[in-house]
Amino acid sequence: MIVAEQKSLDEIKKLVGSAQKVLVVGCGTCVTVCFAGGAREAAIVAAELRMSTKLDGSPKEVTDVTVQRQCEWEYLDEIAPKLGQVDIILSLGCGVGVQAIAEHFPGTWVVPGLNTKFMGLPTEQGVWAERCAACGDCILGLTGGICPIARCSKSLLNGPCGGSLDGHCEINADISCAWQLIYDRLNSMGKLEVLMDIQPPKNWQTSRDGGPRKIVREDLRLDKKEE
Amino acid sequence: MSDTNGYHSGSNLERILRAGHFAVTAELGPPQNADGEVIRKKAQLLKGYCDAANLTDNQTAIVRMSSIGAGTILVQEGLEPVIQMVCRDRNRLAMQSDLLGAYALGIRNLLCLTGDHQTFGNHPTAKNVFDIDSMQMVQMVTGMRDKRVFQCGEEFKGQEPRFFVGAVESPFAHPIDFRPHRLGKKVKAGASFIQTQLVFDIEAFKKFMDKVCSLGIHEQVYLLAGIGPLKSPTMAKYMRDNVPGILIPNEMIKRMEKAGEPWAGKSKDELTAEDKKARTAAWQDEGIKICIELIQQMRKIKGVSGVHIMAIEWEKAVKPLVEGAGLYPRPVVPDASTVSAQPA
Ligand code: SF4
Ligand code: SF4
Repeated sequence: MIVAEQKSLDEIKKLVGSAQKVLVVGCGTCVTVCFAGGAREAAIVAAELRMSTKLDGSPKEVTDVTVQRQCEWEYLDEIAPKLGQVDIILSLGCGVGVQAIAEHFPGTWVVPGLNTKFMGLPTEQGVWAERCAACGDCILGLTGGICPIARCSKSLLNGPCGGSLDGHCEINADISCAWQLIYDRLNSMGKLEVLMDIQPPKNWQTSRDGGPRKIVREDLRLDKKEE
Repeated sequence: MSDTNGYHSGSNLERILRAGHFAVTAELGPPQNADGEVIRKKAQLLKGYCDAANLTDNQTAIVRMSSIGAGTILVQEGLEPVIQMVCRDRNRLAMQSDLLGAYALGIRNLLCLTGDHQTFGNHPTAKNVFDIDSMQMVQMVTGMRDKRVFQCGEEFKGQEPRFFVGAVESPFAHPIDFRPHRLGKKVKAGASFIQTQLVFDIEAFKKFMDKVCSLGIHEQVYLLAGIGPLKSPTMAKYMRDNVPGILIPNEMIKRMEKAGEPWAGKSKDELTAEDKKARTAAWQDEGIKICIELIQQMRKIKGVSGVHIMAIEWEKAVKPLVEGAGLYPRPVVPDASTVSAQPA
C-alpha cells in the first residue's frame, strides 16, 4: 500500500491560507488503512481546523467527505456538486489523489494534507516500513524476495557494504540491513550460490530516472479503432 | 594501446607488489578547504615512507578537497597517489569523465569504494547517487582500461585510462561468512589489489585470511591489510563500539589504558596542561608500538602483500611506524619504461 503521514495542523493552516470555505476530502483506500487520510481522519482534521480557526478569531467553514478512491477520476465525480460552495479542497489522499483532484477539477484549488512516504506494509500495529521503490524492473527473483533497491540505504546490487553490523544498516540501528536479510534468506533456502554472481549495473531508465512513466495497454483501451 | 610492459598501469605501487616486496601505502586526508599547501606538507611527511598515498574521497561524507585535485598535487610533489572514488557522489558518467581527467593528470592508481552514507556527513540533506556499486565500478574501470569501452559498451579511440585498480573489504563486517566471498567477487570483477578496513584483532584476521587462501583468492590479488595507530583508550573504545567491522581486543585497550596510568589517579581539574601533553605522548607511543607489532605480525600472514596505514589526521605517525617495522627505506623498482619490453 501507499503509506502517508499527516502534515502538522500549522502547515495545513498555512496551506489553506485565507480561503474561507474548506472541503476536506479523505480517501477510502491506502491512506485509510494506514490511518492517515480515511473518513475518520478527514472528520478529525475538519474539526481541528474549525476549532483552531475559531480560536484564532477567524472561523472557517470546514466540511468533509471521503471518496472510495481519490486516485481514480470516476470516484471524484461525487464531490463535483459540492465544489460550487467551497474555496479550497484539502486533500487527505496520497500525492496521486491530490493530483487526480487537480486534474479533474481544473477550476478548483487543492492542497495536500498528507506527506506521501512510501510503498510498504505494516510490520506491527502502528509501524509501517518501506518495501518497494517502483524501479520498474523487479529483481526480487535474484534476492530471495527482499528488495535491495528500496531497502538497502545505498540500493546496492552487490551488497552488503562494509557498514552492515548485527543485522542493521550503518545509517541507523532501527533499520535492518537489507543485504543481511537477503544473505540469511538465501542461506536458509540453500541458495547462497546466487550471491556469487556479480550483478551488472542496473538500467535506471525503467525507474524515475528515465523520466515520468506511463503504461499503455492497447488491449484494454476503449477508444481503439474498430476494424 | 600504450606499451605497459605487461603492467596494468606501471605505477610504483604495482611495480613494488609485482616485484614481490611487502608494500606500504598510507592514507592522506585532504583538507576541508582549498589550500594546496596542506597537501604539500602532508606529502612531505609521507614521501619516502610509503609506496603510494591514498587520497580519500569526501571521507565520512564530509566535503573536502577532491581526491583527484589533491592527487594531482601529489604527482607534482613526487609522491605517488592512489585516488579513492566512492559511489555516493557520482553517477557512471561523472565517474568515467573524472577518471579520464585523472589519468591525463598523471594519476595511475584507483581505489573503488561504496562510500559512507551521506547521513554521517555535513550534508545529510543531500541526494545520493549510488548509480553503480563498487563492484560494478571495478568492472567499468577495468573495461575502460583493458577493452577501451565505456560502461555503455561503446568503444573509444585514443589513450585509455590505465589504472592499477583496487577495492576494499571489511573482514569483520557482517555477515562475516560472506566477506571472503565478497572479496573474491571484487577480484573477479577485476580488482588487482585490496585494502582492508582497520585490523587490530590478528587472530580473527588470520581466520579471515585462511579462508581467503583456501579459496585461492590470494593468488589473484595483492592484499594490503589496513592498520593504524591508536591515539588514546577513548578513541580505541569509540572505534570498537561505533565503527562497523572494527574489532579491538581487550588486551590492546588495556595496554593503552596502562600507558596513561601515571595520570590515572588525577581528576580532570588536577591535570595540568603539561600532564595532559605527557599523557597524550605516552598514549601515542604505546599506539605506535602496538601498531608496529601488528605490522610485524602481518608480514608473517600468508596472502598479505603489504599494509595500508590509516593514521587519520596523524600523518606524522607513518615515519616511526615504517621505520620501527623495518620497512624503511622503501625499495625502488625501476620504472616500466626503463625495463626492456617483455615478449607479448
Ligand atoms: S526490485 Fe524494483 S520493483 Fe521490485 S520491489 Fe524493488 S523497487 Fe520494487
Ligand atoms: S548496511 Fe546493509 S542496508 Fe545499509 S547500506 Fe550497507 S548493505 Fe545497504
